Amino acid sequence: MSDTHAHTVTYVRETMLPQSAPPSTAQGPVKWLRESLFSSIPYTILTLASLYVIYVVLAGFLPWLLGGVWNTSNIRECREVLDGAAGGCFSVLSERWNQLLFGIAYPQDGYWRPTLAFVLLFVAIAPVLFSSAPRKLLVVTAVYPFVAFWLIWGGSLLVPLAALVSVGVGYTVYSKLVKTSFAAGLAGGIVAAAVIWTILGFITPSLSGVLALEEVVSRNMGGFMLNMILGVICVSLSLPLGILLALGRQSRLPIIKMICVVFIEFIRGVPLITLLFVANVVLAYFLPPGTNFDLILRVIIMITMFASAYIAEVIRGGLAALPRGQYEGAESLGLDYAQSMRLIILPQALKISIPGIVNVAVGLFKDTTLVSIISMFDLVGMIRGPILASTDWNGVYWELWGFAALLFFVVCYGISQYSQWLERQLQTDHH
Amino acid sequence: MTTMSDPQRGSFRLSMLLNDTRYRSYTFQFIALLLLIALMAFLGINLVRNLAEAGLNISYDFLGVPAGYDINQTLIDYNSQSSNLRAAVVGIINTLLVAFLACLTATVIGVIAGVARLSKNWLVSKLMSVYVEIFRNIPVLIWILMIYTLMTAVLPAPNAFRGDNATSSMVFDAFAFTNRGVYIPAPVWGPGSMLVVATFILSIAAIFFYRRYAVKLLFETGRLLPTGWPTLAILIVPTLLMFFIMGSPIGLEMPELKGFNFKGGIQIGAPLIALWLALSVYTGAFIAENVRAGIQAISKGQTEAASSLGLRPKRVMNLVVLPQALRVIIPPLISQYLNITKNSSLAIAVGYADITATLGGITLNQTGRAIECVLLLMLFYLTISLSISAIMNVYNNNVSLKER
Repeated sequence: MSDTHAHTVTYVRETMLPQSAPPSTAQGPVKWLRESLFSSIPYTILTLASLYVIYVVLAGFLPWLLGGVWNTSNIRECREVLDGAAGGCFSVLSERWNQLLFGIAYPQDGYWRPTLAFVLLFVAIAPVLFSSAPRKLLVVTAVYPFVAFWLIWGGSLLVPLAALVSVGVGYTVYSKLVKTSFAAGLAGGIVAAAVIWTILGFITPSLSGVLALEEVVSRNMGGFMLNMILGVICVSLSLPLGILLALGRQSRLPIIKMICVVFIEFIRGVPLITLLFVANVVLAYFLPPGTNFDLILRVIIMITMFASAYIAEVIRGGLAALPRGQYEGAESLGLDYAQSMRLIILPQALKISIPGIVNVAVGLFKDTTLVSIISMFDLVGMIRGPILASTDWNGVYWELWGFAALLFFVVCYGISQYSQWLERQLQTDHH
Repeated sequence: MTTMSDPQRGSFRLSMLLNDTRYRSYTFQFIALLLLIALMAFLGINLVRNLAEAGLNISYDFLGVPAGYDINQTLIDYNSQSSNLRAAVVGIINTLLVAFLACLTATVIGVIAGVARLSKNWLVSKLMSVYVEIFRNIPVLIWILMIYTLMTAVLPAPNAFRGDNATSSMVFDAFAFTNRGVYIPAPVWGPGSMLVVATFILSIAAIFFYRRYAVKLLFETGRLLPTGWPTLAILIVPTLLMFFIMGSPIGLEMPELKGFNFKGGIQIGAPLIALWLALSVYTGAFIAENVRAGIQAISKGQTEAASSLGLRPKRVMNLVVLPQALRVIIPPLISQYLNITKNSSLAIAVGYADITATLGGITLNQTGRAIECVLLLMLFYLTISLSISAIMNVYNNNVSLKER
């Protein structure tokens, strides 16, 4: 067959032709443009419309941003300097910088204290967030809450030191006893910490001048610092509470389950602002007559309760997503409830829940602005109250709101990007 | 063997309350119950003592007392002599109004943005990502206040519309955007207008029945009736006919500039608009993410299988992808609606008279009945949340995968 074929054909190509380059319309940027921007008439219209939107936004925004004035002392001066040209009065930011960040009443010579606490925060959470960070930094994490308290609220160093010592002793007792029983360890640890705290409580008042920073009362906290304080404290407190609530809701004990379900559903059913009303006007009725702890603490309690209910639901999702075999496997190894939860179930469930927890944390941080409604001077409260109400800066809206939006955007976007990165890191199921 | 593992009866010791798993659960629950009762008693006793000390009592009589304050945006009759209860009802209606409006627009924005984010058009999808990230990561309170500022500080005052060379003008001579709110035409219901409305409602019912009939015919005989243009025709033609037969009974009352302000038409106050827009764009960003996740959750194989069955792309979307994607999208969508309702309580920041601003704001401050007001407020939101969760559970049970 092939023979006859060879005779009938006059020419046979024996070598491969060299590959020629694709036509210029099917490669490089031209191809990309054709495929992703101008593939059809509706797409072309969409692309042009989007370009127009971008142009309009930038044409309004850029002159305002670039032509801004940064060094005048009030809005009239600023308008004189601008003289009708497009530009923002960003001098409100430079003039009120400290108020925006620290509030009105924080002592001026103490601004380094919250700043230092803020910087240390990154050192303290680094080993928690990144498993590649040196493990020794965990010491900083353990000490951080006490140092930050001392830095921000001031007073004698001995008080947080006493708290640190009691917690340290409590932890030591716990780690000794936990080998026999988790419940004994927990109880022993708490009792030991309480005993040490009481004993030290007799000593510290007599030495109140030792290493004392100027004391700042809570109502003097303000600005973005207040948002950060509320956000960090409430997230870190609501996480353990949320875990407990989630375990309680999954529990086989009907009474405990019922308490947790009622708590979670109640909190999730009402807006945060009503809980803040409770903190502001109602909570005082439910405390012993004469007690008067300050608003910031009441708000922290309420926001923590609020966030913990949401975190509990996220973690419940994680617990439910674990295959039954994990629970049964833990039981068949002879682990008791506390052990199986601590060693088998929670590490896996928490891993699944991380994106949800981060979402709650971001939402919580955004919700800290709500305290401005019960007349606390956080960043939003500062802008609405003292700054916009002052005759110097009445009318400088967009610079201030833009600044607030930028601060929150940076933090929240950063956290959500971290969560996505962590999700990729923890992905173990790529078969 | 069985006798060995049988529990020894009749030899109950106290230590078994802690060490025996059968009794330990009762011990723990008993302790929990005791702690709960102790906490409740502690709070209750404090409450009674504090109230006695302040000379107060728990009473809801204040609800019947005249409220004594005005509300600028109401859907029902209200004046400052109306009772506090009526003020609270006005607040409830206002809350539901803004929540309803915001749910509608947030869904539209969210669906468009979510679909556009999956677009093959690079620029459009990037633009939508920017929208989603910017709006999700900035507190809704800041958005509300920013849009409120836009409404009150940037829009012109009514007197800018006056004179021959006015600096502002009305849009289509019907809509006026002023710093006192937006004025839109109001419908005027003349005699016979009810017939037009009834016709319209009947047309909607007719569309429903026509579509059911079309589906039935398709399943029984395989004949495919057109649904697109008949739907439009049934919707518009009878109503228009009735409208002209009755001699145009429904008119429009245009807002007009009279004196210092606009008169006539419907005034939508700046607070309502700020709250509505802010909740819509903020929640819209979240809904966009839900929609995107829902569509991406449908595996490509579904689309390909449907195409290989010979379905046209529109039918692939309508019959195969959407029904499955909706199952993923709707539960988070409903919880976003719930979030809108709860976030509408931020109305108090811009002075929109919702339930939080009336009952939890002015009434609370004027009567000093903090406990009662906050309790009623929470009860209202709880009722809404729990009923929406109940609806969602019913829906989830209906659409959940029936595994055989």
